Amino acid sequence: MSSFNPLSRRKERIDALAASTAYPREHGGTSGSSAVAVDDAGSVDEAPGVSLIASAWRRLRRNPVFLVGAAITFLFILLAVVSPLIAPHEPDARLLLDQVRQQTNPIPAPQEGFPLGGDDRGRDLLSRLLIGSQQTLLVGVLATALGLIGGLVLGTLAGALGGGVDAAVMRAVDVLLSIPSLLLAMSIAALASRPSQWTVIVAIAVTQVPVFARLLRGSMLAERASDHVLAARALGVRQQAVVFRHMLPNSVGPVIVQTTLVLATAIIDAAALSFLGLGNPDDSRPEWGQMLGASTKFIYDHPHLAVYPALCIIFVALGFTLMGESLREALDPKTRR
Amino acid sequence: MARFIVRRVIQMIGVVFVLSLLLFVWLRSLPGGTVSAILGERATPATREALTKALGLDQPIHVQYLRFLQRAAEGNFGASTGVLPGRDAFDVFLARLPATIELTITAMIIAVILAIPLGYIAARRHHSPIDNGAVVLSLIGVAVPVFFLAFLLKYWFAIEYPIFPVSGRQDPSLGCTRVTGFFVLDGLMTREYDCATDALRHLVLPAVALATIPFAVIFRITRASVLDVLDEDYVRTAESKGLTSRVIRGRHVMRNALLPVVTTVGLQIGGLLAGAVLTERVFNWGGIGEALALSYERRDYAVLQVLILAACSIYVIVNLLVDISYAVIDPRVRTR
Repeated sequence: MSSFNPLSRRKERIDALAASTAYPREHGGTSGSSAVAVDDAGSVDEAPGVSLIASAWRRLRRNPVFLVGAAITFLFILLAVVSPLIAPHEPDARLLLDQVRQQTNPIPAPQEGFPLGGDDRGRDLLSRLLIGSQQTLLVGVLATALGLIGGLVLGTLAGALGGGVDAAVMRAVDVLLSIPSLLLAMSIAALASRPSQWTVIVAIAVTQVPVFARLLRGSMLAERASDHVLAARALGVRQQAVVFRHMLPNSVGPVIVQTTLVLATAIIDAAALSFLGLGNPDDSRPEWGQMLGASTKFIYDHPHLAVYPALCIIFVALGFTLMGESLREALDPKTRR
Repeated sequence: MARFIVRRVIQMIGVVFVLSLLLFVWLRSLPGGTVSAILGERATPATREALTKALGLDQPIHVQYLRFLQRAAEGNFGASTGVLPGRDAFDVFLARLPATIELTITAMIIAVILAIPLGYIAARRHHSPIDNGAVVLSLIGVAVPVFFLAFLLKYWFAIEYPIFPVSGRQDPSLGCTRVTGFFVLDGLMTREYDCATDALRHLVLPAVALATIPFAVIFRITRASVLDVLDEDYVRTAESKGLTSRVIRGRHVMRNALLPVVTTVGLQIGGLLAGAVLTERVFNWGGIGEALALSYERRDYAVLQVLILAACSIYVIVNLLVDISYAVIDPRVRTR
């Protein structure tokens, strides 16, 4: 195995070189990649962190896919920040309760002051959607951050220490990965005796820990075998410094991509948990997934109650996905797409 | 090769074993617990204690686990309390397995049949409108919550325009003969062709909803992989030798490009099982996915345990088979 590894490393390096020299990149990305290509194979490993990110940024700036994704994400964050200022009503004020109580009209229609109408409890739908952006962002970011932190710790431990620690961590990761992620999230959400927004966040975060751990461990192992880490070791740099200054920064590329993509799936999974009755039962300040999950019981008579939050989720998830995919392409030395 | 397979099988058995242990501990930490699930919240302490003793729940957890293993070996997985009260949990699983297999396989067939040719065409016509359109479609496909799409399809194609049936697997008024539990297959075997067509019509909407995510993922992998292979020297050599495009496509491009696609298809099985929980719920499909959702709701712990363990085992076994087939196709894998 050890005799196989350096060979494959070299092969990858050569592939990367061949890719960047043999074919001029579209959209004028040549300058960034040729800086990597002129030097010999050794220096590709020496400063890939800087040059790869710099060249990635150069490509990203001109990539319409990335720009659209970034614009959507920016709008979403902006909305979350200003929503308390522009929401016309309190999200849990049951202002249209009288109309709900009339048996003929259980869902209040759009009217003066309530442009989208009310929900099944007489609360203003527009205000709930607006405030919902905050909660949705919160769930997405916290679930992703927790999953990322867990994965970073495990992946770094396994990748940096190797040996027994690596084997132990990776077997645990294997077990977690053998459970389809929604089932894992359901199982963890079901453990809570009092479900809340936090149980949803934790349930989604746990499903992401093994993914991040495996991803980071993979690139850390490749880093361990690389020349610049060997050189640092030979110069007597301490283990800690080697890990945090030389290995970790060079391994984060795939992690950044994954983080962006997980932001999208976290929001979608929160919706699925709500639909299955494992979400946050307190809907005074709902997130979009909660609104969508709860409104499926009226979906045939009042589809708009589900369609608005669903469109919001699709839009935001699309934004994160577009960003993630274009980041993946920009950070991959092999891609010319 | 034999060593590779043996090692992977041992690893797999280890994973499933640890999983069963985790699952056992997990079930016993669920709020409420089995006793309140059976008796309800208002039972007297005396009855609760009696039932706790009768179920062996007063024993230490490792004793309980060993007892569970022993009984499982005898084919006794505990009685269902909510989904199919009184029946053994494993029977619930067996009764619902064909429905889910029928649904997931149909979804996978739809995804593969559409995604691989489309991925190839998109790569061949890189940056053409077809390519861009298909990429955008696949990105949107991933962004739509599966259960919402299922509701949309049901709303449009079963209620607004009643082309397909609203829910279930077959019209019970047809009185079809049951042989294997796979309704399409049963219809063909017994030559009740109207039964087979009816079952197929019921399959369309849930299978399409379930197929979107695997479609998007397989499409993107195929496209990326074909793009990679098209750049290879051996393809250029084949072209310059003047080989027909059919030979190049089949022998040089697709054979090499399909390797990563095979792995991806295997990995999608987990997603399909999870997606089945949502789609089956929307269409009252009566498969494992719906039973899982129900057993969470009704706190049917015996069924939950069997279903989760079964879903995970299926996932692990499929991926093992994929790995082995991969090693057969690509000898380099074995040395790693």
